[in-house]
Amino acid sequence: MITKPLHTKLLYGFILLAALLLPLYVPDPYMFQVVIMSLIFAIAVLAMNLIIGFTGQASLAHAAFFGFGAYGVAIMTKAGISFWLALPAAASISALIGLIIGPPALRTRGSYFAIVTLAFGVIVWIVAGNWVQVTGGHNGIFGIPRPTPIPIPFIGAIEFFDQPAQYYLVLVFLLLTLFIMHRIVYSIFGLTFMAVRNNEPLADAVGINTFTTKLISFVIANFFAGLAGGLYAAIIGAVSPSVAAHLLTFNFLIFLILGGMASLAGPVVGAFAIPILMELLQDLGHFRMLFFGVLLVATIIYFPRGFVGAVRQLNDKIAARRQAKS
Amino acid sequence: MLSVKYLTKNFDGLVAVKELSFDIREGEILAIIGPNGAGKSTVFNLMTGTLAPTSGKVFIHEENITGLKPYQIVKKGVARTFQTTSLFDQLRVIDNMLIAYKWRTRLGFWNTLFHTPAWKSQHDQAARNALETLDFLGLADKALAFIPTLSQEEQKRLAIGIALVCKPKLLLLDEPTGGLIQEETERIALFIKKVRDQGTTVCIIEHKMQMIMGMADRIVVLNYGQKIAEGTPDEIKTNQAVIEAYLGGDVHA
Amino acid sequence: MELFLQQVFNGIMFGSTYAIVALGLTLVMGILHIPNFAHGHLYMLGGYITYLFVATLGLGYWPSLLIAIVVLGFVGIIMEAVVYRPLNEQPHINAFIAAIGALLVLESAVEVIWGPQGMRVPNPYPHTFEFLGIIMSVQRLLVIFGAILLIVLLHLFLKKTLTGTTIEAVAQNREGAMLNGINVNRVSSLTFFISSGTAAVAASFIAPIFVISPAMGAIIGMKAFIIVLLGGMGSIPGAIIGGYFLGLIESLGGGYVSAAYKDVIAFGALIVIFSIKPTGLFGKKEG
Ligand SMILES: Nc1ncnc2c1ncn2[C@@H]1O[C@H](COP(=O)(O)OP(=O)(O)OP(=O)(O)O)[C@@H](O)[C@H]1O
Ligand SMILES: [Mg+2]
Repeated sequence: MITKPLHTKLLYGFILLAALLLPLYVPDPYMFQVVIMSLIFAIAVLAMNLIIGFTGQASLAHAAFFGFGAYGVAIMTKAGISFWLALPAAASISALIGLIIGPPALRTRGSYFAIVTLAFGVIVWIVAGNWVQVTGGHNGIFGIPRPTPIPIPFIGAIEFFDQPAQYYLVLVFLLLTLFIMHRIVYSIFGLTFMAVRNNEPLADAVGINTFTTKLISFVIANFFAGLAGGLYAAIIGAVSPSVAAHLLTFNFLIFLILGGMASLAGPVVGAFAIPILMELLQDLGHFRMLFFGVLLVATIIYFPRGFVGAVRQLNDKIAARRQAKS
Repeated sequence: MLSVKYLTKNFDGLVAVKELSFDIREGEILAIIGPNGAGKSTVFNLMTGTLAPTSGKVFIHEENITGLKPYQIVKKGVARTFQTTSLFDQLRVIDNMLIAYKWRTRLGFWNTLFHTPAWKSQHDQAARNALETLDFLGLADKALAFIPTLSQEEQKRLAIGIALVCKPKLLLLDEPTGGLIQEETERIALFIKKVRDQGTTVCIIEHKMQMIMGMADRIVVLNYGQKIAEGTPDEIKTNQAVIEAYLGGDVHA
Repeated sequence: MELFLQQVFNGIMFGSTYAIVALGLTLVMGILHIPNFAHGHLYMLGGYITYLFVATLGLGYWPSLLIAIVVLGFVGIIMEAVVYRPLNEQPHINAFIAAIGALLVLESAVEVIWGPQGMRVPNPYPHTFEFLGIIMSVQRLLVIFGAILLIVLLHLFLKKTLTGTTIEAVAQNREGAMLNGINVNRVSSLTFFISSGTAAVAASFIAPIFVISPAMGAIIGMKAFIIVLLGGMGSIPGAIIGGYFLGLIESLGGGYVSAAYKDVIAFGALIVIFSIKPTGLFGKKEG
């Protein structure tokens, strides 16, 4: 409903171009892998943004749903099911579990909801580490097949054995996620999420079933978390309980908060920039998390809308000053 | 059109509303007055499902709506405002209106995802309606403004506006002029009359006696959660029980 | 029967730890309405401070415990002032996120200094003996009786001293207390001091029995949070009963059902109870 100014559109166009050409200039395979991971995380963080940033419900079970997707794809593709079937199936299972756990969890509010979802996440993590027959226990599952090649008549097939192909595969899913999130956020339907976040009693009083609204947001978020997890499993080729651990949820949260809640650019910026930053800061060892912890606290206090929010604020200020001058 | 029957509300020990019954008639402006803490806001909360009554019932056109949730009661044509101005203050004026219009539409997930023809027409319909209502509120030029940039009076107007956007049959206003100065109060009063003249029944809680006496068709007076008088403004002015309840109070504030 | 008694004994010991940790958290959550999710990490840090003074600097066990209390108390004060106070007026969820930031800081700081692997604090009272077929050690009894003593002292402090009653006044009515000239910021600092200090006591008690590790804060923090939410924010009896109860069911569940899934009990119970009663067992209002 808000049309972006021209220079913003140009910026997005440029970023898209840079993304499309990335395999040409990425320095080394290791960094390439980090970038591919970042894009997968971006999908998960966009999903987290929907429930936390836009709907205001601190779901801390996000990695658990990422885990459902990852284990789902791992188990199904190892059983011989095509990746192209397994991925939507795993994401749907993740959404379905969200639909089941959502109603009891969403009866609670605020910190209560945060802790209930976190508790659920911990259970999933413990089960993933102990249910050896299904999840492979602490060792996890490895040797997960790469995404099934897509046959193209007369030409051959698109295979996903090399990094560029995997990168484009993930990029397509990220763009798809962004497209869907954009549709949701810039619509009256999406406004109801923000209404619930902003003023729940009023939302209720103007005819919004706040419970259902939260549940829908939760289920959509979990679908995309599962989707991201499924991609992760197929690209990395191995999963272990750490993909469902609350530490991963906290990582997602760092990406989200530092990048910027309640915007579409924020999660992508956060999920892209921070893993790369983490790699660059690798020599710092455990100091890294110390650094990010401090950054997280400082951001939530001084820039609750993260990097993107701060840039927007700056932009608005400059615009206001210009207007004042003319 | 709406009747309240033997409504009682207990807040652990404190009886905020007791055995209260009254009717709201089609097309009138009914005022509910009473000293601070008399239970007026609680009555609204009971009528709109925000609170569940301890006992008693609420009917609209003979239909029992007791126990329905607020979002269900709006759909019966009863809209309300809150005593402390309540808006979606992180969003723009137009967004506030669109949110309030949402339940009238079928702008759900799938329609939104695929931008179906139904989505397009309903989306346009919602936008048109929102703008029309903003025009009626005198806020058309503020459509894209963020809430904190609005004046106190504009915020009060908008709060009424988001209740009005779905054209309710009955509008419940909880102190719509609280905190406003004389001049602003008069403008809002005029506006409320305009709403009634357009065919919306109004029930208003207010402390400002002069305003109430001038606009209400009938008045219900509460004290300690009980109805102590009901009648036309002239009857209320001379009612002994009312004068006593307000003794030392602010009858002519 | 002996297994049963042994599990009950262990359960009471774990329960003592849970009760103290939850007690500190319930003060902060009930009085200041701060979801201090990093509380378990304060406990963890308490264990390491004890380790530092006992094992590295060779101080006695009891002086080290006292130092740990004071150090943690000040860490708590700083945390409140730096992390939570600026977020007073912000939505609850922001404080929660800040808490996650704070716990990451605490955990990685400990990892930086002591490394990620477990450490063992020398046991001052390693003597074990058998009683009714239960194997006990003096240190384990110390955990149990020390906890009781601490709870009694805290109760006396809150009920009988002027400072304690001031804290209670703020808990009951923050605005009212402010109007009465109570310095709410000072009460906040004090509450954090007590809360973190008691966490340090719990950690110092248990550190000689088990290995301490940077990761141990997360799970006990979550459990304390769960106990507080179920027992009612700010409810001291709720925290105590909840703590012992959780210790017992975990110990019995771990002994008879499955050790691997022991932690699932607490988290599962939380979800089940909250889905039936969204504001906790004794909770009135949500936070
Ligand atoms: N949710 C609640 N819980 C407990 N007590 C309440 C609650 N809501 C209202 N009360 C009490 O019920 C009584 C009536 O309150 P109510 O807000 O209905 O009064 P009012 O007539 O609207 O007053 P005012 O003119 O000040 O707005 C008051 O004593 C109030 O403290
Ligand atoms: Mg009122």
